[in-house]
Amino acid sequence: MEAAAATVHIVENSNLLLAVIIPLFGSLVVMTLKNHPNLREMVSSSASILLFCLVLSFIPALKAGETLVYPIFKLLPGLSITLRADGFSMIFAMVASSLWMIAVFYSMGYMRAHDEPCQTRFNACFALAIFGAIGVALSDNFLTLYLFYEIVSVCTYPLVAHHQDEESYEGARKYIIYLTTTAKFFLLPALILIYVLVGNLDFPHNINTGMIPATAAPGWMVTMLYIFCILGFAKNGVMPFHHWLPGAMVAPTPVSALLHAVAVVKVGVFCTTRTMLYVFGVETMDRLNLGIPTAYFVGFTILVASMIALSKDNLKARLAYSTVSQLSYIILGVALLTPHAIEGGLIHIVNHAFAKITLFFCAGAIYIAAHKKYISEMGGLGRTMPFTFGAFAVASLSMIGAPPVAGFVSKWYLLVGSMEAHQMGILLILIASTVLNVAYFAPVTYKAFFGKRPEGEVETGIKEAPLSMLIPLLMAVTVSVIIGIYPNFMMQFVRMVTG
Amino acid sequence: MDLLLIKEGFPLLTFLIFLPLAGAVVLLFYHGEAFARLWTLIVTSLTAVFSLLLISGFNSASSKYQFAEAYDWIPRFHINYIVGIDGISILLVLLTTFIMPFCVLASWKYIKTRVAPFMFCLLIMETAMIGVFVALDFILFYIFWEFMLIPMYLLIAIWGGPRKVYASIKFFLYTLAGSVLLLVAIIALYLKTGSFFIPEMMWQEYSLTFQVLVFLAFFLAFAIKVPMFPFHTWLPAAHVEAPTAGSVILASVLLKMGTYGLLRFCLPITPDATMLLATPILWLSIAGIIYGGFTALAQQDMKKLIAYSSVGHMGFVTLGIFVLNSRGIEGSILQMINHGVTTGALFLCVGMIYERTHSRELAVAAGVGKYMPWFVSFLAVFALSSFAFPGTNSFIGEFLVLAGTFEHNTILALAAIPGAVLAAAYMLRMLQKIVWGGIANPDQSYLADLDVREIVILAPFLFFVFWIGLAPQPFIDLMHTSVSHLLDQLNYWQHHHQVATVLWR
Repeated sequence: MEAAAATVHIVENSNLLLAVIIPLFGSLVVMTLKNHPNLREMVSSSASILLFCLVLSFIPALKAGETLVYPIFKLLPGLSITLRADGFSMIFAMVASSLWMIAVFYSMGYMRAHDEPCQTRFNACFALAIFGAIGVALSDNFLTLYLFYEIVSVCTYPLVAHHQDEESYEGARKYIIYLTTTAKFFLLPALILIYVLVGNLDFPHNINTGMIPATAAPGWMVTMLYIFCILGFAKNGVMPFHHWLPGAMVAPTPVSALLHAVAVVKVGVFCTTRTMLYVFGVETMDRLNLGIPTAYFVGFTILVASMIALSKDNLKARLAYSTVSQLSYIILGVALLTPHAIEGGLIHIVNHAFAKITLFFCAGAIYIAAHKKYISEMGGLGRTMPFTFGAFAVASLSMIGAPPVAGFVSKWYLLVGSMEAHQMGILLILIASTVLNVAYFAPVTYKAFFGKRPEGEVETGIKEAPLSMLIPLLMAVTVSVIIGIYPNFMMQFVRMVTG
Repeated sequence: MDLLLIKEGFPLLTFLIFLPLAGAVVLLFYHGEAFARLWTLIVTSLTAVFSLLLISGFNSASSKYQFAEAYDWIPRFHINYIVGIDGISILLVLLTTFIMPFCVLASWKYIKTRVAPFMFCLLIMETAMIGVFVALDFILFYIFWEFMLIPMYLLIAIWGGPRKVYASIKFFLYTLAGSVLLLVAIIALYLKTGSFFIPEMMWQEYSLTFQVLVFLAFFLAFAIKVPMFPFHTWLPAAHVEAPTAGSVILASVLLKMGTYGLLRFCLPITPDATMLLATPILWLSIAGIIYGGFTALAQQDMKKLIAYSSVGHMGFVTLGIFVLNSRGIEGSILQMINHGVTTGALFLCVGMIYERTHSRELAVAAGVGKYMPWFVSFLAVFALSSFAFPGTNSFIGEFLVLAGTFEHNTILALAAIPGAVLAAAYMLRMLQKIVWGGIANPDQSYLADLDVREIVILAPFLFFVFWIGLAPQPFIDLMHTSVSHLLDQLNYWQHHHQVATVLWR
């Protein structure tokens, strides 16, 4: 561990600031372009491409063993707003920036095909949500993390309430109440108490030591702080504070895709795992025996959410509960605290993101092309929309964890990790949830390709969604396959974390 | 008088006190509406500009009273004219001088009748408010303290809303009731020490009973002013009926006098009583924080909502003062400034809506976001600041207060957290209603967005929200020496006087 600390090579790099400014600035420019939709979309897409390239540009330095930091504001002694790029932040920064790019193109197609109102507000808030997400990914201390976490909560409210009808106001109300209440109620005291105990809020540069020395606080207090942090990041969808997520399904589909794959829930799990590994650290969690109870706690969410997903006929609702369940995989992996399990959990941030965004894109494409929301109405639809449902099938394989799609990699590591930790119970939970995944995903694909058309519908030729939607969707699923076959590109960042 | 750093040459503090008064005298002779507006703006702006000299000349490494001036006044009764500022009062003086020009601007169109008398009252208020924060002689302090009452009463009673008579009488009676006991305490202290010089009354060997009695008299006067739960009922009434400028002065400056008094007088003059009674006051603060939050959540009237939110926010300030540690007290002083900036700005925003819709009801203002994007952008920032969104000024204040409270007692700090949650709830509720409304909003298409004057009014507040939020260190540096000096003396006192602080532990 001392050796690991010695090799940390901290370099100041102002490009980190640029990475946060690009989406923020993009959003401000978008706001002024209300009457120029084409120019507006050009700004969004070029900002997203710029951001992605910038994030890629951090890779060589990280490979050379450097950690990039950039202090922006110094608030009080030990309290600052500082950005950092290390292996851990790259996992999420890569996902957020690349998926923003894909999502911008998709939502252009969706919003225009559907003739949605208030597209400027939509685009601006979309970029602001990415601003928050990138900020979370690049945060160097707990305060910066909390700041950007709250920014994401506030900036996604207009997206959820987009349709401005009774249903969406209700969903958005639930959304903001769950997220801000848990953050204020649990995170704020945790943040302040840690500051009082330790004197600063800076994350260490390894996952072992954590921020809180064993001498700084009694065990019960650290345990309390830990529970606060797990519950406080309600964006992670862990039961009992998961209910905002199905409620937020009233939003337009690109928003759901963004919420589920990129900006919101991933911010939640990223923050949760960041705090588990960097605020508390493996040693503290081992010492206080916090890991295994957490694993079982989220294991409950994995199973129950899968069972609820089985019962949903609305495709987006089924996907929502699938997200609730899959997010807990990530936390479960990290909670097991063995190197393989941590790797499996973290890589699942990436794998789940690409698969889930594909699934939501498919749901949106089906809605635009065939105006269907319910699975029971989708019999035979695969013959009309072969590409969409083909992508759906591949992405659901990734969810299930079948080779060669990306999900297999995470599930493999998770299974190995749970055996290393000698947790048969966890192993059984993982196997049971895989069976449940098959049970709620396979019928959708099967029905679409081999099922009967609903009464009164005739077979038509191929009628897909517009290309501007289809291409991003196919890109996302291709990435899913590629990172399944070549997991090393993303795994290198994960290995930087575990050392 | 080695506690004073006498200012040689230009008597800056006296100048700041009496410049608005001189301006007011001019208004007695010239009544023109346009002239009154412009003249008051010039006078208040000049005061603000001159008050900047305080910062440049202030030595933040010294805990003495600076810019001090001492003149004999009524030697027979040992009453003197002594003024001076230290790290605790400098920011409050600046807050006062800087809020006033914006109050004038906010009344530019709002006040249509009896403009000159209105501006006259504003200027008198300014003199009295600056006087309260700089007076170091207790009689001088008391005079300024009472002097404030009448112009404020007039502001509400003449230019107020429909229930202005009720509100102004209530305000007057509550504040006066507190002041009477304050005078008794001042005289009692004079009889013990033979002086009205405030620093000479501090850290004296009074008996515990005497201290407790004096403390309670102080506490009643200041707690009404803060206002602390359960002495707060005059505040919503006064806020709702007062014109915009009155609400802003009330929220930004007048409430701070209560907490300033607690900090300036209770702690050093009656340290034993403070330590003895701190715990129940802390829990009273918690009660105020929670009560203010819940009540604000239930309001349909925007001004009432912000008024009750003030009860909650000021609860945080008193909480920070009575945990008696450096983070807590620095947090509370900063929180006083923050509350002045943020709540002042929120009242200005409500005033701007009121000028357009002639209503303070949330339901009437529902959905203005579509037609007034600039307005709601400002409002959103101030609302976020009000519930201590990270990166804004109140976050730093609340963070320090809560950090100080955690140092003092974990349970107490955890009990304050629901207040922070409630603040988010009522502010977001208000924001949601105003920006989005519901599915059946009233027709707002006749509304015009902010004009340049209004943007000029709000922009500086925005600047301070982010400045204090992102770089608070210069502000804390100003107060740090004075606060640590106060706490050092308190610790020294505690060591050498085995007081009955164990009672509550």
